[in-house]
Amino acid sequence: MIEFLEYSVLGLLGGGVIALIALSFVLVYKSTGVVNFAVGEVMMLGAYLYYAASVSFAVPPWVAFAMSLAVISLLAMLVERTVLRPLSGQPTVAVMMATIGMASIMHGSIEAIWGGDTYQPPALLPRTPLLIGDIMIPGAVLGNFAIAALLITGFLLFFRYSRTGVALRATASDPVTAATLGININFAARLTWMLAGSVGTVAGVLISSSAGLSPLFASAALSVFAAIILGGMDSILGAIVASLILGLVESLAAGYLGGKSRDIVPYLVVLAILVIRPYGIFGTRTIERL
Amino acid sequence: MPSSISPSQSKARPASSPGLPLSVEGVDLRFGGIHALKNVSFSARAGEITAVIGPNGAGKTSVFNTISGFYRPAAGAVRLGDEDITRVPVSARARRGLARTFQNIALFHGLSVLENIKLGGHHHMRAGVLPALAFSRSAREEELALREEVERKVIDFLQIDHIRHATVDVLPYGLQKRVELARALAMRPRVLLLDEPVAGMNREETEDMARFILDVQEEWGVTVLLVEHDMGMVMDISSHVVVLNFGQVIAAGTPAEVRAHPQVIEAYLGAESVTQ
Amino acid sequence: MRTGVFYETFRTEERLWNSPASKWWMLAFTVLLFTLPLWGSKYLLAMACIIGIHVIATLGLNLTTGNAGLISLSHGAFLGVGCYTVAYFGKMGVPFYLTLPIAGCIAALLGVIVGLPSLRVKGIYLAIATLAAHFILGFVFREWTSVTGGVQGASIPRAQLFGYVLRGDRDNFYLIFALVVILGIAARNLGRSYIGRALVAVRDRDISAEILGVNLLRTKLLAFALGAFYAGVAGGVLGYFYGAITPDYFALTLSIFYLAAVIVGGLGSVLGSIFGAIFMTFVPEALRLVANTSAQWLPNVAGLVLPMGQVVFGLLIITFLVFEPHGLTAIWRRIRRVFHLWPFKT
Repeated sequence: MIEFLEYSVLGLLGGGVIALIALSFVLVYKSTGVVNFAVGEVMMLGAYLYYAASVSFAVPPWVAFAMSLAVISLLAMLVERTVLRPLSGQPTVAVMMATIGMASIMHGSIEAIWGGDTYQPPALLPRTPLLIGDIMIPGAVLGNFAIAALLITGFLLFFRYSRTGVALRATASDPVTAATLGININFAARLTWMLAGSVGTVAGVLISSSAGLSPLFASAALSVFAAIILGGMDSILGAIVASLILGLVESLAAGYLGGKSRDIVPYLVVLAILVIRPYGIFGTRTIERL
Repeated sequence: MPSSISPSQSKARPASSPGLPLSVEGVDLRFGGIHALKNVSFSARAGEITAVIGPNGAGKTSVFNTISGFYRPAAGAVRLGDEDITRVPVSARARRGLARTFQNIALFHGLSVLENIKLGGHHHMRAGVLPALAFSRSAREEELALREEVERKVIDFLQIDHIRHATVDVLPYGLQKRVELARALAMRPRVLLLDEPVAGMNREETEDMARFILDVQEEWGVTVLLVEHDMGMVMDISSHVVVLNFGQVIAAGTPAEVRAHPQVIEAYLGAESVTQ
Repeated sequence: MRTGVFYETFRTEERLWNSPASKWWMLAFTVLLFTLPLWGSKYLLAMACIIGIHVIATLGLNLTTGNAGLISLSHGAFLGVGCYTVAYFGKMGVPFYLTLPIAGCIAALLGVIVGLPSLRVKGIYLAIATLAAHFILGFVFREWTSVTGGVQGASIPRAQLFGYVLRGDRDNFYLIFALVVILGIAARNLGRSYIGRALVAVRDRDISAEILGVNLLRTKLLAFALGAFYAGVAGGVLGYFYGAITPDYFALTLSIFYLAAVIVGGLGSVLGSIFGAIFMTFVPEALRLVANTSAQWLPNVAGLVLPMGQVVFGLLIITFLVFEPHGLTAIWRRIRRVFHLWPFKT
């Protein structure tokens, strides 16, 4: 029983960070309608930059973190301007393929520059473990979850109540009308990608400081796609709930069925969801007008 | 001013049997909180031209989409001839003789004019996948027969042979609309739904299109149901008019009756637009 | 419009090679290729075989992604399925003219299983489902040791034709060449049939296609299954050519490779598949050349080839998408127009 609780708690907490990555994806999808296949690679790039700054250049961790955030934001702006803006009239298929291309470029560059070894970036948060009864929760996991929860709540409020947040939602649903209402849609797109990149960086830094950093990192992010489908691609709340569930399921599978099963659990979940409930728990079925 | 275009000389025998009557009975349509259609009932008589008119947002395109099968009504039925087709899936309605054009042109940009029109004949092609891959004799003959039929009956009829190999996005708006009509005709329709066929056209183009629609109805015997804002054209060519407002039928009858109907005049906010 | 070419019946216009010039060119090209083993170097022969394999796989992906607009990230994995199937049945002594179709069919079956749930909704879900399928299949390749040989990989016995063993590049070349011709013509036939038109219609405006009578689910499934079939056959021939294979050949990079080939060559055309395959085959070769020549100054360059390959694939995809979405085929057609209209200018 204790085992079950331990796996569950760890799973839920782990799911919190998956939720951050899912948030990065949903942000882009909700605001620009773009399916970002490079979400794992963005996260990885942010983490590697953090590593480079804090270890290779011996900059204090929090400063390194800020620097990596800045670089990723700049890159995001660059990508939006050079890749996504020219493709904005094209069918979704073309943009999806462009993000696949981006993912490939990022993955290749990272491997070319930093090689295949595993690195250990310094931790941002204290590592003291927490003891609840007989269950030990590593401090990193708890800290990651706390930060994830904070960011997510912030974004939920942002989208609901702030002017910019509502403007972003408007741009996503109908860019032309939004533009005629005076919303600067180019700025909205740029802001979205910067936010998404930043969120991804936070997730990357948090995960890598506890789990280590290597090019395989990006494939860990693929369980995010399972969370996204389970939760519904355009729902932040759905992404969160789904991530928690997925974290739970993965942890239980790894605990009871052995470590290897953890790899394919998210993919089996994806296929199962598509059969049972393709739009996910909270996804909206869009009504298209002819 | 009479149009200079006259019906094509090659009066090919229409391949489709005479049109079917189409009726909509007590249809109720909701989108979440919006009650788009309230107890809408009307019928289009076989082989005649019926028009559905009404102010913007009255629900005309919703009616069409319900007939096409894209929207499932909360209550009511759609009848094609004797058959209740309310539960029939969208892609199966083509085989029953239901064809349609779209308000915003829905031509396929990856295909030429000829290929777009040939797509109208999709639902009566029988060749299987393997014969198609090998382009066996049966597949070949079927494809050629389709080409002959499309050329003789539709392309000659609508006088678009000069643009048959063009890509659709370079065509002027009026011609695109004509290609849409051609594609619908290639379906061998028994009922033809035309969603704003002359929207955005000048007087000459409107007359041409009106002429074509009349020809289709006379020579092919097809039932025509059309949604349109151009009152002049509607009153000229239709034998029966249905008026929608706020999702409800407020009047139905001959053009003359509808024109004088007080509720209709009121709905259009002004007698001028109706009595032209 | 070609000068000097007039058609008198629809039948002649609909032919695949419908002008005297194109017929002669096709003949010359075929003879040239057929006699390649006689005049080509060993390197060229091996390259031709590899290009042929890539062409078959790209033809398939072009049907799925180019014509029908469905993104498939599991294409590489389907090649693996074909390869392992051929290895399995080949070891039992089944001749190649049976193993290859079986490989194709099994891959197609898997395609249907993956496609059935995901094609009921938007194409984006198919992309993610194919990603999932890719990883699940990769897991199977690594773990199902009894059939696939696990991480060590499997060996594939040489193809046999009534006792004559196809050994060496020359024999394999003719096998691959024959398959490219058959499958290429089949793809072309599909393109000009009503099914091919339906695929493009589904890509452009699926709702309107449905109202015209196109059964969406069946059409999309067909596009996906056909693409998988081609991948299976390509994987099988790959097995016969290389003789041995390991699971890491069929990584995600392979799927992205073929995606790049489709985009670079030109979406939706058989010619595009050929151009794309040829172009993409030489990209890793060019990279290797660059690595070899610069090994003098940068000693670690050899390890960079694979990741740089990934970067180049991604760059190619994005560059072509932004600047020339219709790929090399569009450039080729522009050049051809000049010759068609010659001696006129426009």
